[in-house]
Amino acid sequence: MALTYSEKVMEHFSNPRNVGEIDNPDGLGEAGNPRCGDIMKIYLKVKDNPGGAAVIEDVKFKTFGCASAIASSSMATEMIKGRTVDEAWDLTNTAVADALDGLPPIKMHCSVLAEEAIHKAINDYREKRGLDLIPMKDYGDEHEVCAV
Amino acid sequence: MQNVYLDYAATTPTDPEVLEAMKPYFTEFFGNPSSVYSLAGKSRAAIEKARVQVATALNALPEEIFFTSSGTEADNWALKGTLEKLRSKGSHVITTKIEHHAILHTGNYLEKVEGGSVTYLPVDGEGRVRLEDLKAAVTDKTILVSVMFANNEIGTIQPIKAIGEFCREKGILFHTDAVQAAAQLDIDVGALSIDMMSMSAHKMYGPKGTGVFYVRKGLKLENFVHGGGQEKGRRASTENIAGIVGMGFAIERMKVRLPQEKPRISGLRDRLIEGVLKAIPHAKLNGTRDDERLPNNTNFSLIGVEGETLLLDLDSKGISASTGSACSSGSLDPSHVLMAIGLTHEQAHGSLRMTLGRGTTEEQIDYVLEVLPEIVARRRSMSPLWEDYLKKIGEK
Repeated sequence: MALTYSEKVMEHFSNPRNVGEIDNPDGLGEAGNPRCGDIMKIYLKVKDNPGGAAVIEDVKFKTFGCASAIASSSMATEMIKGRTVDEAWDLTNTAVADALDGLPPIKMHCSVLAEEAIHKAINDYREKRGLDLIPMKDYGDEHEVCAV
Repeated sequence: MQNVYLDYAATTPTDPEVLEAMKPYFTEFFGNPSSVYSLAGKSRAAIEKARVQVATALNALPEEIFFTSSGTEADNWALKGTLEKLRSKGSHVITTKIEHHAILHTGNYLEKVEGGSVTYLPVDGEGRVRLEDLKAAVTDKTILVSVMFANNEIGTIQPIKAIGEFCREKGILFHTDAVQAAAQLDIDVGALSIDMMSMSAHKMYGPKGTGVFYVRKGLKLENFVHGGGQEKGRRASTENIAGIVGMGFAIERMKVRLPQEKPRISGLRDRLIEGVLKAIPHAKLNGTRDDERLPNNTNFSLIGVEGETLLLDLDSKGISASTGSACSSGSLDPSHVLMAIGLTHEQAHGSLRMTLGRGTTEEQIDYVLEVLPEIVARRRSMSPLWEDYLKKIGEK
């Protein structure tokens, strides 16, 4: 193997958490591009708390991609499960990569995919609730060249 | 856990008998062949013996065999050496889109640095070069055609004889990269009208670090490595005696084994191909099915699964294989070969190459056929691409 992954990446790749779909999700986000060899779909079930912060009650993912894409999806979903929607928005790709004990530089875009898919899922949720969308980072160029 | 090596196209283990033949040339007969004393004579004799062994295997003359450090070096020599020698006649080179990077990147170098122009011929859906395309690409400035004997990824064997005869008739030099083919096929350079050919020892159970460049007698090429007088001054540097000895023994032994090994390996190959196509829904074989495929090569597209994922899952089951998916290469571009035969990015990213060899057994193939379908089914179940694919073809 040309690339060396951390044990944590291999563990999440071999036994990914939160794989699957949620019927009628409160939020759905998709990132990636088959050209580049990875697509990630994040499904959110959100519990609204009147007077309090909305909480991500459940999260599932489906991912086509390499080991780091699958491990990033698994880790990112673990990190936002049970958190408030605002906390989930603040999850950065580097936090996901760090939690995996790092990714090879050429694979960092896999963690970016997770961040992007979560942001899209949250904005999908906000749209469904009639809330203002939060401005997204521009991820466009990264995917055109299939790398960060 | 089983240990199943299915990446013989990447490299092969050195045959223990080849290794035994090499050993004395490290510590005992270590003399520099260029020296005068009798110890050096042992080294010289060993090199000349290896030259005869290689020449005999190819039905060539010993003086037509040059030892290099690798197949890549031989490829470099063929392209650069031809252009440098024949520049006054023309600077156009024709090759193909599915060559190894040793040819493609050298072709880019000729264009960028040496003022050459290079045509990269397309191939058909099974990876075959069409003679009509070659004929149409030839100009009065064409000095060299370089077409690989057989492709390293999909195993397609090219119409070498027809290409060789056409080039000979036109007075254009013909080079073939036979790094994969030479380990598995009988090659008679004269009968195929080959002017230059590249080979590598480590693909045929010899050591890494030794290659062969065949150059037809009388052919004028620019010298490649400048220095001492080794290899008739055409490729200087103190010879890798043990490596050269290994190359000679490896090819000699390979030729002896070929009559039994070729049908055995191609039988296992077909068992693997049929098993995969039967057990894995929507698996696609890349390349051709008939005799035009290398006896040891299989290459599949398993849509919905990414290649690196497959390799790691297989590795966890003790199976070593390869993929043309970008994610495994570090470059992020999928295989140029798979794109050239018209695969979609999704198909190229889901490619799996398993190449067989001497150590491959029927039990190993059956083991792969037992674990691979489960791996693919599991990863497909978590793949949005597989879901989309099923919707597209109306199965969901």
